Amino acid sequence: MSTAAPTFLQSTLLVSNREITMRLRSRAFLISTGILLLGVLASIVIGSVVSAIAEPTKIAVQRSVVNALPDLPQFAVTDVDTRAEAEKLVRSGAVKAAIVSNSTVSKLGITVIGLDSPPSAVIAAVSVAPDVILLDTSKKNPLLTYVVALGFGLVFFMSAVTFGSTIAQSVVEEKATRVVEILMSTIPVRTLLAGKVLGNSILAFGQIALIAILSGMGLLVTGQSALLGTLGPSIIWFVVFFAFGFVLLASLFASAASLVSRQEDMAAVTTPVTMLVMVPYLLVIIFNDNPIVLGIMSYVPFSAPVGMPMRIFLGTAQWWEPVLSLAVLLVSTAFVIMIGARIYENSLLRMGGRVKLREALAR
Amino acid sequence: MLQVDTVTKTYGGRTALREVSFGVGEGRITGFVGANGAGKTTTMRIILGVLSADSGTVRLGGATLTADDRRIFGYMPEERGLYPKMKVAEQITYFGRLHGMTARDAAASTTSLLERLDLAARSNDTVDSLSLGNQQRAQIAAALVHKPEVLVLDEPFSGLDPLGVDSVLTVLQDVASNGAPVLFSSHQLDLVERLCDDLVIIANGEIRASGSREQLQRAYGHDRYELDVDGDLGWLRDQPGVTVVDFDRGHALFETADAAVAQSVLKRAIADGTVQRFAPRHPSLAQIFREVIQ
Repeated sequence: MSTAAPTFLQSTLLVSNREITMRLRSRAFLISTGILLLGVLASIVIGSVVSAIAEPTKIAVQRSVVNALPDLPQFAVTDVDTRAEAEKLVRSGAVKAAIVSNSTVSKLGITVIGLDSPPSAVIAAVSVAPDVILLDTSKKNPLLTYVVALGFGLVFFMSAVTFGSTIAQSVVEEKATRVVEILMSTIPVRTLLAGKVLGNSILAFGQIALIAILSGMGLLVTGQSALLGTLGPSIIWFVVFFAFGFVLLASLFASAASLVSRQEDMAAVTTPVTMLVMVPYLLVIIFNDNPIVLGIMSYVPFSAPVGMPMRIFLGTAQWWEPVLSLAVLLVSTAFVIMIGARIYENSLLRMGGRVKLREALAR
Repeated sequence: MLQVDTVTKTYGGRTALREVSFGVGEGRITGFVGANGAGKTTTMRIILGVLSADSGTVRLGGATLTADDRRIFGYMPEERGLYPKMKVAEQITYFGRLHGMTARDAAASTTSLLERLDLAARSNDTVDSLSLGNQQRAQIAAALVHKPEVLVLDEPFSGLDPLGVDSVLTVLQDVASNGAPVLFSSHQLDLVERLCDDLVIIANGEIRASGSREQLQRAYGHDRYELDVDGDLGWLRDQPGVTVVDFDRGHALFETADAAVAQSVLKRAIADGTVQRFAPRHPSLAQIFREVIQ
């Protein structure tokens, strides 16, 4: 034969190309990706619309005190003539609070009327506040922190599980249909594994990158560029960490799946790996404000793709920390690929029952 | 010449192959026969490098095989399988490219193979929409797309209808006539007998016999003779050196190790009366097989 031997890279690219082509041809995959992207876009748009149409609180103000008060642009003010009229409006729920004149009791010459609890926003607006200096201004809005943690956790979890089970299915499919023996007689097993991991990682990375770009554009278009400024660096690090973290997970999913020969048995072997993905997702949601847990998470390879971007968002990571954590992730990925390749190599031709992990690891 | 040399393989404590040695000559179609579990598939997997041997070597043209040499091998495993959701032509081309062909060469080779196997009309159908027989043809195309120079086929005829058998036969003979060593295993001894030049017989992981069909026929199984006369052949039973296999008055089938004894039987029969027929019968492969594996 006149053709030259294909290199490791060429064969790997052929395999990964097939993985990608077949996946992109699957209607189920395209639809679920579309739904995911729509969901991300919708949450950004809805968030901005809701905050834009939030109506100002309605209050009633007695005409005689209007000039004594500071400007109140944050409230929708209704002018009333008498205190009785103001109380009636508060009681009916037409306004949240009322400001009326009172020169006898109050030093300010006014009384704030509420229905069942002191209307703190109104009180604050008409009070004289002392000079306040905050020493720690890095503290983020807790609600925003929670939403960001949920976002990172959810996107990581969803993508890792989706593409992890995709690669697992593709491995089992080759065993179940027996096509694997022809493949093994044609290219080295490591090449086959590398191609599968590469192909599915590119798909997963592509989806994550699309989500990142879409969120960035969504925030810009809806005029939330300030939030984009705060979120931007952590989103970029998230994408970088995910790219390598997923390679590690994909190797785990592939080698776990190679232990069985039927789709029905797949869940039993991939569940432990799914757990590994679920743990960081739960931890980051529960402990999104706990520096110790986040600190540990940001260095453990499985949770670093979620933990480190979170710390970058909170501003608690030094500049060198993501670099160090990335190095740890790279080393563990290389190690897992080595072990995974051995399991894969030893299990591919073992049809029928489930291969024991100890046998799969033997040289 | 493809040479398997003292290959031994054990699974757990069980010896699957014990010092297996045989050769497959260039341009020779070699049949590999043995009972289920005798070690045929294991041997073929070791030749292809899918399994590694505990000891022993596989050589081609005198040099030990490397993974790179095996690119010119065509292999059809016993466990058939293709990607069910891929289109036929697309899939065959993919295997060609994995063997190192350029996209254009692989596509051209795929087209001409599918023509020859009468599968061109189904090129754009997915494999799982094909009938079993057509899936078999696609499988054969996958083994041949890269124009292999050595062919190893594990049970290529199982599950084929007579037409399918013929088209596979033609393809095998084509490849062999181009000078490639062809090794195939089969349970269908009559088919092996019809097709192969050489034979390798394996039992319990050991090679019991190997060589050309004529050599084996000479070495194993005594020649049989058929004799038809008008009279009664009862005297044949008392003839020294003769074993009567089948007898019915004027018809007898007998076995003897010595051709001279057969001639003396013929002379006696002629002396007794009219001889209608005297025909030597070579031992069939099934006969040799039974004798060898005992």
